[in-house]
Amino acid sequence: MRVVAFILGLQAAAAAFAVGGTSYAGPAGIEAKFDYCQTCHGPSAQGFRGYYTMPRLAGQQPQYIMNQLHAFMAGRRHMPIMQRVVTGLTPDMIAPLAQRLNRLNPPPYVSGGLGSASVGRSIFESGIPEANIPACVVCHAPSATGHNQIPRLAGQLPWYLAKTLANWERERHTETSAIMAPIARNLSPAQVSAIAAYVSTLR
Amino acid sequence: MNRFGSKIMALAILLGSASPLLAEEELQIRNCTFCHGVSGQGFMVSPRIAGQRPQYIENQLNAFIGHIRDNPYSKKYMWNAAANVSPERVHALAGYFSSLEPRPANDGSQELAAAGRQIFEEGIPTRNVVACIVCHAPNAEGVRQIPRLGGLSYLYVKRQLNQWNEGYRQAAQPMPRVAKFLSPDEIEALASFLSFVDNRSPQALQAPQP
Repeated sequence: MRVVAFILGLQAAAAAFAVGGTSYAGPAGIEAKFDYCQTCHGPSAQGFRGYYTMPRLAGQQPQYIMNQLHAFMAGRRHMPIMQRVVTGLTPDMIAPLAQRLNRLNPPPYVSGGLGSASVGRSIFESGIPEANIPACVVCHAPSATGHNQIPRLAGQLPWYLAKTLANWERERHTETSAIMAPIARNLSPAQVSAIAAYVSTLR
Repeated sequence: MNRFGSKIMALAILLGSASPLLAEEELQIRNCTFCHGVSGQGFMVSPRIAGQRPQYIENQLNAFIGHIRDNPYSKKYMWNAAANVSPERVHALAGYFSSLEPRPANDGSQELAAAGRQIFEEGIPTRNVVACIVCHAPNAEGVRQIPRLGGLSYLYVKRQLNQWNEGYRQAAQPMPRVAKFLSPDEIEALASFLSFVDNRSPQALQAPQP
């Protein structure tokens, strides 16, 4: 009986190994890890507002997701919850998870809220020259979809954007945020809320 | 002040001082406290509802009325109990019970509490168990529609986690997804830890946003 169970176990392990080196089944497989992401970030990764706000990952730029997961692993981005989560991932899982999250396209979690979307749109498209705030659209693209390592903001939860800008220098290592750190510092809370409201409505 | 004025004044004071009692009678809270305990602290299989988040209480009552919350005791007791409660009364009952002080049940195993706290705060990343605090807040006090777990009875929390794995309450996402990665020992530890969490401090009652 034990021998049979052992052989079956070996076969299962071999079958899992055969799928391109990454195991797809079992609690350490990529299917279970994707499930793990969905638990907090939502079944279609649209984000979720719990006590903390879990950001939308659906449609996010794969390069940005990969960079963030590597930053959590290396301790370059300080965020205890995600730094613990990545201890359950292996480096070879990062690219496939990022690709899968990028392919999801649910509607935004909420539209608007917090601040004035029309003020936000004006800052997003034209910046605030007198406060040294460049137009967000220059890097984040006209419909806020992002590009390569620059994140998509479209459909992001407004509470998450507000928290991210408020915590910028505490959470992110300065070398990765040469552009964003001064912007986050110079925006007023009302301006942050306005931008958050505007981009949360974009699809 | 004339005599009419002073009578109106006296009436107003009388009504004002009597209004909480009148409200309780109008609400017929005894229909609830008969099972949930005189001050809503829970009894046997009936969970504590004192100090629960008002939005959560409303959502649950509506889920009983709509036959969405489908675990056996909900079907057996709460579907009938909630069947004829009007939306106004649902709202008022939620307001009333959420305002009562939540006392801890303390019925778990002390030896398992430390293990339970670690799962609650950190999760178990290698086994895909998420940290409960991300939704239920650092002192298990809950927020908005997310329930307060601090001090709920060991028996109740354990049964809910098991029932998600038995296929009940599947509409209560993300909990079915959370529960499926928990082992029986981990459920024991979490339910034990939570039964000792005392949420009677002012900051635990408020659940400020981070």
